[in-house]
Order: sequence, then C-alpha cells, then structure tokens
Amino acid sequence: MKKSITDFTVLSNTRLSSTQFLLELSSDILLNDVLPGQFVNVKVEDSPQTFLRRPFSIHSVDAKRNVLFLLIKEMGIGSTKLASLQKGSNLNLILPLGNSFSFGNVKKAILIGGGCGVAPLLFLAKKLHEKDIHCDILLGGRSSDDIVEVEEYQKYGTTHITTEDGSLGEKGLVTKHSIFNSNKGWDMVYSCGPEPMMKSVAMYAKQNEIECEVSLENTMACGIGSCLCCVTDTIDGNICVCTEGPVFNIKRLKWQI
Amino acid sequence: MADLNVRIHNLLLKNPVMTASGTFGYGPEFEDFIDIGALGGIVVKGTTLEPRQGNSYPRMAETPAGMLNAVGLQNKGVDYFINSIYPLIQHYNTNIIVNVSGSLVEDYIKVCEKLSALKNIPAIELNISCPNVKEGGMAFGTSCAAAATVTKAVRNVWPKTLIVKLSPNVTNIAEIAKSVEDEGADAVSLINTLLGMAINIDTRKPLLSTVTGGLSGPAIKPVALRMVWQVAKAVKIPVVGMGGISNAKDAIEFLLAGASAIQVGTANFIDPAITISIIKGIEEYLDKNHFSSVYDIIGKLEC
Repeated sequence: MKKSITDFTVLSNTRLSSTQFLLELSSDILLNDVLPGQFVNVKVEDSPQTFLRRPFSIHSVDAKRNVLFLLIKEMGIGSTKLASLQKGSNLNLILPLGNSFSFGNVKKAILIGGGCGVAPLLFLAKKLHEKDIHCDILLGGRSSDDIVEVEEYQKYGTTHITTEDGSLGEKGLVTKHSIFNSNKGWDMVYSCGPEPMMKSVAMYAKQNEIECEVSLENTMACGIGSCLCCVTDTIDGNICVCTEGPVFNIKRLKWQI
Repeated sequence: MADLNVRIHNLLLKNPVMTASGTFGYGPEFEDFIDIGALGGIVVKGTTLEPRQGNSYPRMAETPAGMLNAVGLQNKGVDYFINSIYPLIQHYNTNIIVNVSGSLVEDYIKVCEKLSALKNIPAIELNISCPNVKEGGMAFGTSCAAAATVTKAVRNVWPKTLIVKLSPNVTNIAEIAKSVEDEGADAVSLINTLLGMAINIDTRKPLLSTVTGGLSGPAIKPVALRMVWQVAKAVKIPVVGMGGISNAKDAIEFLLAGASAIQVGTANFIDPAITISIIKGIEEYLDKNHFSSVYDIIGKLEC
C-alpha cells in the first residue's frame, strides 16, 4: 500500500482507563491493505513543545467501515495533547508505515502484550482469527487499570490476564502466567510491550524453540527510513526500526538472551 | 509565472529548492509523497569510503523547535552507493548531489574518484562539518587551513561542481568560506548542525549515546540565516543556504540574505511533501510581488 500524508477525522475519543484512550479515525483513503504491526506517524497540532510526529501502532482497522483505531497511553506532552482531541477534530497521519507480523505457516499462536504495548495485538488477533489460526492472548499490566478491551480480544482468541498487583487475573509478571506451565503447542509467539518483558518472552520462545516476533518501539524522527535515528542493532548491523521493523524475528536481534 | 531557475556553478536547478543530506535518504523513501523530479536537486546521504555503522542508539532527541541527532554518518559505503543505489535513482529528473564524508583526506579523494565515473552525478557536496564522528568530519571544517587542504585535494580529482558544506561551530564562518573559495570550491552550503546536548534529569544521563549531537530544525534558523548573510557578503561563489527552513517564508528569507539556492532538511521528517509546498510558495511570492525571476530576490536584502 502506498504511503500517504492524510487528514483523518476523529469519530470518537474514548477514555478506557486512567491513562489510556482510544481514537477512532476515518478518512477517504482505503484501509483494506493495512497490515497488523504497521504504524502511523501522527502530527500533534497546536503543541509547540512537540516538534516531531509521534509514532503509534495501528490498534485495529474496521475494513467494513474504513475506520482506524489507535490505542494511546498518556505518557508525555504529545500523547496528553492527543487525549484532549474532540470528536470532529482533524488529525494528520502518515501511513501505513513499517513492516508487519508474519503469519504464513502459523497454526497456533500466543500473543503476549504488556501495558500499552498490547496496541498492535488486537489487529493481529483479528487477522489470525480471519485466517482460522487459533490464538491464546495474554495481556499483562501493573494493575487492572492497565488492562482494557478484554471483551474485544475474547472475540478472537482465548484471553488470559496477569497483573503485577493481582488486581485482575493472575498475580505476577506476564511471563510467569500458569499458561506456560504446560505445552500448548504454539508454533509462534508474538509480543509487544516493555523491552524487559519482550526479552523474557523471547527467552521463553528460544528455550522452547518457538518462532518469535517482537514489535520494537524506538524513538523516531521521520518514520520512513530517511533520518536513521531509530536504529536497532541486528545481525545485519544497525537498521531502521521504522522501515525494516517495527516487527522483528528475535533471531535477527542481538539481544543477550 | 516567474522564472525559478537558478545556477550553482555548472549546475542548473529548475528551482532553488534542494533537500539536505541525511534528511532525504537517497530519494526512493520519498517517492510515495512527491515527484522527485519537481525538485531543484537532492543531496543524498553522507557517503564514505568504507561502510559505517554510525553511533549507538539513542541517536536522536527532540528539543524545543528542533532535534538533536548523532547518527554518525551511517552508510554502506561508496561502492554500495555506486552498485546498489545509483542504478535506482540515476533516472531522476533532478540534480543528484552526493554528500562526501570522510576521516582522512585520502578517503575523500578515493570517494570522489569513484563517483566521478557516474554520469548523472553532476556535483558533490564535500562534508567537512559533520559533528558526529570522532575523526575527520567537523575537524576539517573548523580551521581555515584544514578546510583549505581538503578542498584543494578534492578539487584536483573532482572536475565537476564542488560544493563545500560548512560547519557553524566556528568563530568566523566567513573566513572558512573564503579559504575554500580560494582553493577552488564552486559553491559553499551552510549550515550543518550546531553542536548541542540534552539531559534526562531523572536518570541524570545524556539523551544521546554520544552525549553531544547536531541540533537542527527551526531552532537554528536565525543563526543559519545570519551566517548565510555573512558568508554571501564575503565570497563571490554561490551560497546554498540551509538551517531550519520549514516553509516558503523561511526559504525566501535565505534567498534575500544571499543564498542562490536552499536546502530543506529536518522539515522533511515532519512533512515529507514540504519541499513541494516551498517551491509553490516561492513561486507565489515572486508572482505576487511582480518579480520575473528568483534572481530578483537573491541577495536583495535591504539594510
């Protein structure tokens, strides 16, 4: 799909937790070919302190209605500004950017998301479901406040929850969930979340000889491979997360796991 | 409609808008957004003799009205450019200028010798101003003697248009400009990034892996404009102005200050189609003010 700079209209801005909100966006461009794992680079208007665009994973696409969803956590000035967007506001996006999760020969997968890193996993779960690929979905957070849209995930796979404080689901870290106590026959692990969590997930996958893809979130300027700022160290040297990622097979990364 | 053509030595530009090295990749990155052939020229990513991995992550920090970068000339080397990139871009209906970087004078010479075989590279931009490499780079651009030495050496092997890109991290940029003019530079381009830094007060660590990096964006525009004005008064060769240009008004300011052409850098990151708006804006300004050519405003600052 050709990349474009497009004005979207905010159809809704829904508060999902104390820090997370969901933007529903529409425009004239067809979103049929957007892939799970891809991201958009958002221009934050009327915000003098945010100079660069802000990259966000595509949370989901409703192809029938041609609308796009972004799940955003208020972290800094840019995201806080976006949190205040009203229905009917304009939002300028560059999209679709980056590669996507691969699911060519996958038969049974587990999707592991931590915090707001779950954002691209809903779209992925939806695509896997369309292809009749069974998936377990494991959502982790610090507390119940971090866990949102559980019923959405449940539509596409068996959903499990952990929280560090035990306020929802099992207590503890995602990677300590009881689901890992027995072999579930997964042939693919997808993960997105804080890097230490993804590294633990990658270690599990490596030890159990399961393919594993992770979505990285490096600081970006351009999002289209021209500034070379968002690089990650790989077996092929420093490469751009924005164009050769954000999704990487862990075999390509030089993580010490 | 006003005539937008400008000339930089033997380089004919259909308009004065080029893209700055390191902000436009090699061109294909922008093909989805603009017609590359509509530009006056593109300056491709800094190219060195050997492949370079650049600096470690993090290499970028957002700052008020700008950003710091410490990419460190990551590129796959001149041979890769010749064999794998040039075939993809040589058809562009615009001037393709290669930014040549190095750590040793001999490296610059070897890169230029290799590039001279490429028919559709009418000019190089000699980068003696990169602040993000340990050796060479900016070191060549911060003393008149070193700038003169590297310019002279390259002039001997590069018969086509030679643009020398200057560092703003000097006491007197006009003196450096005169030194490279004396050694045969056909034009100068300025400014490269200003050396800066940023700190995370929670971790008490620098935001860049290299501690310091190059500041770009609107934050540096007034400094860049002043330097372009000073250099344009000091030299007879054309000046290519850059530094924070984000719209047509900015570009026109640089032209008025004495730049014969301008480069758009960091603004490409925020709006990959900005160059086209800038070209249109310059044209509208000329027409509105009844100027028949862009030359009617170049260096026409009244003060």
